[in-house]
Amino acid sequence: MLKVKKINSYYGGAHILHDVSLNVEQGEVVALLGRNGAGKSTTMKSICGLVQPKSGVVEFMGQGMQGKPPYHICRAGIGYVPEERRVFSELTILENLEVGKRSARQDVPQWSHEKLFELFPNLAERRQNLGSQLSGGEQQMLSIARTLMGNPSFILLDEPSEGLAPVIVEQMALAIMELKKQGVTILLSEQNLHFAKLVADRAVILESGFVRYGGTIVELEADEEVRTAYLMV
Amino acid sequence: MGFYLVQLLTGLSNACALFLVASGLTLIFGVTRIVNFSHGSFYMLGAYIAYTLVEQSSGAFGFWGSLLLAGIAVGIIGLIVELIVLKPIYKSPELYQLVATFGVILVIQDLAQWIWGAEDLFGRRAPGFKGENATVDIAGTLMPTYDLAIIAIALSVLGILWFIFNRTRFGILVRAATLDREMVSALGVNQSLLFSGVFFLGSMLAGIGGAVQLPKGGASLLMDFEILSPIFVVVVIGGMGSIWGVFVASILVSVLQAFGVLFFPQSTLVLMFLVMAVVLIFRPWGLYGKEESSTEHAAGEIKEPLREVGSKMKMVFLTIIALLIISPIFLEGYNLNTIIDVLVFCLFAASLHYILGTGGLVSFGHAAFYGGGAYAAALLVTYANTPMELAIFFAPFLAGFVALIIGWFCVRLTGVYFAMLTLAFAQVLWSIVFQWSAVTKGDDGLTDVYPQIITSGSILHYYVVLILAVGGIILLRAMAHTPFGYSLRGGRDSSLRSEAIGMDVKLIQMSSFVFAGAMAGLAGSLFVFTKGSVFPDEMTIARSFDALLMVFLGGVQSLTGPISGAAAFTLLHEWLVQITEYWRGCLGILIICIVILLPNGLAGIGELFRNIFTKTPKEEAAK
Repeated sequence: MLKVKKINSYYGGAHILHDVSLNVEQGEVVALLGRNGAGKSTTMKSICGLVQPKSGVVEFMGQGMQGKPPYHICRAGIGYVPEERRVFSELTILENLEVGKRSARQDVPQWSHEKLFELFPNLAERRQNLGSQLSGGEQQMLSIARTLMGNPSFILLDEPSEGLAPVIVEQMALAIMELKKQGVTILLSEQNLHFAKLVADRAVILESGFVRYGGTIVELEADEEVRTAYLMV
Repeated sequence: MGFYLVQLLTGLSNACALFLVASGLTLIFGVTRIVNFSHGSFYMLGAYIAYTLVEQSSGAFGFWGSLLLAGIAVGIIGLIVELIVLKPIYKSPELYQLVATFGVILVIQDLAQWIWGAEDLFGRRAPGFKGENATVDIAGTLMPTYDLAIIAIALSVLGILWFIFNRTRFGILVRAATLDREMVSALGVNQSLLFSGVFFLGSMLAGIGGAVQLPKGGASLLMDFEILSPIFVVVVIGGMGSIWGVFVASILVSVLQAFGVLFFPQSTLVLMFLVMAVVLIFRPWGLYGKEESSTEHAAGEIKEPLREVGSKMKMVFLTIIALLIISPIFLEGYNLNTIIDVLVFCLFAASLHYILGTGGLVSFGHAAFYGGGAYAAALLVTYANTPMELAIFFAPFLAGFVALIIGWFCVRLTGVYFAMLTLAFAQVLWSIVFQWSAVTKGDDGLTDVYPQIITSGSILHYYVVLILAVGGIILLRAMAHTPFGYSLRGGRDSSLRSEAIGMDVKLIQMSSFVFAGAMAGLAGSLFVFTKGSVFPDEMTIARSFDALLMVFLGGVQSLTGPISGAAAFTLLHEWLVQITEYWRGCLGILIICIVILLPNGLAGIGELFRNIFTKTPKEEAAK
């Protein structure tokens, strides 16, 4: 479904991603693992168009996405949930959802306010609250819900468990599994294996902007050497 | 009692008129982050177009319909400007956007003069608000009814805006984009369309604001610059991008002014800026504004460190200086004076470049120090009988002192906020000079400020200007290469890292601001002794823009930029004035073309050729 081939991305003069390649098949949940600063967020941004790779190919459903503006990539079916959540602080929950709303797309689950409030019951109670009045966990839920309003077939989840209380992390894992069940393909990034192994099928490990490892979660769990080299802090 | 009530209502009416225009400006800034200086021109167009439409209409319906139509027409013009001029430069540094919108001001000014003539036009009175209905008795005091109508119109517009922003998808997207436009685009919203929509709406508000003024003040070619400082002041006080903030700020400023005029009739203009200063001391980002961390370079990305001047360049400079030294032999009178003008502007532009290019702080009010120096010298001569040599010596210190006061407020902010604040303070100074006529003679200016020993136009005078201007430029250059200059550049490139290694970035920026102001003051004092007089014009926004244009034309990247830019600008200006009445429009079109086609200024021409004829590093790397 998504093929990233040898992309190189820069921030100003700094070369961040070096020939990063990865594949995600339809219906899969793939975890992008690596330490802080490994290039996970930059990979995500390079896919959704917020960072333009200087070379390489991003192919989604057979179409080239590199060089396209972010709104075009979003409309093609790639939803992006940023690491910092980036909830619109002065808009209510309902208004935040309205910004993400896009028309229906074929062969993918369709989302509405009500359906999303079922997925994230915490949000339902506070639909008239402003983004700035929400807790970290609620903001994360809102950020995901807002992206789902665009009816994506594929979503990029950048560190969805970061900074959340254990109870909320569990809820988040359940929600992601629910999304997978509904048929949404997911690429999520994480710093450690703990959350990823709850939800992901496969893992790709980044270090200093290079892809260092690719395999199933089961294989990775068995491979102590790789985990010590790239994931242990 | 009735008198005070009427005064209050008049204040509110002025506030409403101001709000109509300023709301459009803040809206455009909030979403596109463009500071649209041509907003005042759209306001002026609103009045002119309304004039034409009203003249051809009849009845109450025709009259009010004409005002609305004028607004829509201006909205469409704004949209066209956005599509042609601004769309290609949304990602460019703020300086480029400013220069482009300034080009638009010039073009619209000449277009308006060409279509409607230079004479002020007086619009028809609004039907139902003339004759015996023109005023209403409020507890014994007469109040113009049309002022009340303006309040009603503005409140209706506020209501419509509230509806749009809270009840329509477009409005919700606009609010979201004001907060985080990148995220909005990642959620599938076509930014380009959104920007165009906002520009249409914002310009339309300016147009309606201008149209509404027609029955009150008519239409004139001065409207564009006249409205600029009030709308920028209320936008800054309210917090840039906040509609509600601009509404509150308009009321605050206008009501205070309405009562202030009773107690200090001479200082109405200054009062507005005092309110701003007080608000900004406590809330540097305005009443409803939010702190903005700007990491982008306002003046453009600095590609490489300053290079040492090569031996070839040194030869070129020495040759130019040698030519300047011997030029009185074969030039005289008019031509020599042109060279003096160019030299003065070179120093002025170089001083702006020091704070803008080397310091990375885009000052929109540099004329405050240039005019400040000029007035300081002129006042010393007029009131203290100071000889020219002493006045030239003191002027930079006085200009530097002014820069110290203004800098104290401004360097706390960065990016657009810094730019807006410097502009507003330059206006404070202008309004003091303009209104304090007991001392400055106001609009009549200070004349007869001729040097005592050396007469203007003499060869000795030429050499004094040459030595001081070239000396000032060399001093500015040398400063950029001292450890102090290094730390200034360090603060520009990364203020966080500079602070982390123990530099007091704000203090360094502050002292550089003062130094640049002092050098501009030197240029101003040279100017005043060349012309023998000084008028408030030397402090206007237009003069600050001239300096920005010179720096822009020469390119921000190099220290030679401002010099070639000032020379090119002055000569181009002289030439255009000679060949056409519509030189402003020509200059405007030229500027717009340069911004769009040559994003590195005139220095970019060389680069353009180099790119065509030599391989880029990328291509070589590909090999």
